[in-house]
Amino acid sequence: MIEVKNLHKSFGDAHILKGINTAFEKGKTNLIIGQSGSGKTVFLKCLLGLFNYEQGSIAYDGKIFSKLSEDEKRDIRAQIGMVFQGSALFDSMTIEENVMFPLKMFTKQSKSEMQDRVDFVLKRVNLADAHKKMPSEASGGMQKRVAIARAIVNKPKYLFCDEPNSGLDPKTSIVIDDLIKEITEEYQITTVINSHDMNSVMQIGEKIVFLKNGYKEWEGSRYDIFKTDNKAVTDFVYSSELFKKVRQMYLEERG
Amino acid sequence: MLYLHYLGTYFLMIAEMFKKPTKWSVMKQLILKEIDDLIIGSLGIVAFISFFVGGVVTIQTALNIDNPLIPKNLVGFATRQSIILEFAPTFMSIIMAGKVGSFITSSIGTMRVTEQIDALEVMGINSLNYLVFPKFISLMLYPFVISISMFLGILGGLAACVYGGYASMGDYIEGVQLDFTPFHMAYAFIKTLIFAFILATVPSYHGYYMKGGALEVGKASTTSFVWTSVVIIVLNYLLTQLLLS
Repeated sequence: MIEVKNLHKSFGDAHILKGINTAFEKGKTNLIIGQSGSGKTVFLKCLLGLFNYEQGSIAYDGKIFSKLSEDEKRDIRAQIGMVFQGSALFDSMTIEENVMFPLKMFTKQSKSEMQDRVDFVLKRVNLADAHKKMPSEASGGMQKRVAIARAIVNKPKYLFCDEPNSGLDPKTSIVIDDLIKEITEEYQITTVINSHDMNSVMQIGEKIVFLKNGYKEWEGSRYDIFKTDNKAVTDFVYSSELFKKVRQMYLEERG
Repeated sequence: MLYLHYLGTYFLMIAEMFKKPTKWSVMKQLILKEIDDLIIGSLGIVAFISFFVGGVVTIQTALNIDNPLIPKNLVGFATRQSIILEFAPTFMSIIMAGKVGSFITSSIGTMRVTEQIDALEVMGINSLNYLVFPKFISLMLYPFVISISMFLGILGGLAACVYGGYASMGDYIEGVQLDFTPFHMAYAFIKTLIFAFILATVPSYHGYYMKGGALEVGKASTTSFVWTSVVIIVLNYLLTQLLLS
């Protein structure tokens, strides 16, 4: 579980995050949504420890990150898996080497143990035949699946995904969403996804945090989002005619 | 003030490079890869340039000696001094700033743009140690490259001298051996080691701290080449003043 209390972050005079309070639960897919410039990426980077913040706290299973020693921070980071927007695969390594990288860095496993684990996770993301390919030879969807495989290979407790569906076609997006949800439930990971994609919100959003202008405007589940009368949320989520109709049908069904 | 900030960031980067070392089994592979990319990969261009520039130095020297009282072995002597004292350590380093420096800046810069450095940091890896330290260690073999440059420069001079008919092989070799000061070799290698450090760190700094996209990677490579060259030229002056005057 990740708990965020009164988080403030500024860049110079620009106050980006303004007192965020929320909690991301274990075994659930948590989504951070909001318009471009609402502070989603900054929030995610604060959660990852890539940005320092001025005020507030972030606790990983009760341990406040900013109060930990460097060694303890490193231990927490070793338990984090991250899927970057552009996949961020190491382009000088093959797909297999990319996935094996966290194991090489953080475990004392033998070569055969590492190979078994890599084979297992690549099979888990349906890439059993892609071991020797270079990232540049893989499609966008394949690269995302490799990034997920690399993120989960060391059995992380926390999984972060920055817009995992960006640049993907709708069908591949659904495959990636399903994969993240399955992995989250299977390994009981705390998953936090930064997304713009309303399909993802409706499909896998067990907890949704909506940011607006650096404030947490709303939070709830994908079912709550149909019922909410928060204007900022409805304006954002139901900006397309299709989703407006979906909402109308949902509300009519439930009287 | 801004330049002071850059200078401070550069020295902090160097300090950070030695902290939180990467696992030795991984680091060993990285060092070997960097030796292949930065040292072995540069030998061809270094050999080619050194041989021909050595030849040109010899021809220029020979053509400028028209006084019959000046002995012919001066051609070999002047070539040796030019190659050992300046051409091999300094000008070869400026050429390497273009070849190796641009490679380092663009490869690290591309990693920054494509979030690969963020990926390392999120995993809890000291990205500066992982990326810059192996380059620094591999470039400690740079004096080996410069030794080859010295040898081939003098050999190129011999070839140009003999085949151009400017002096006999005996005269040239006698000149190369004439009044040899071993400290000149020490001076050249002290400079080379310092330039190796600059070649590893200044381009890494420009790649690591760059912001923007693909276009900025290109700009960072150019800026890196300019600053590496400037630092090498300034340090060359200071070291020469300190060591030879």
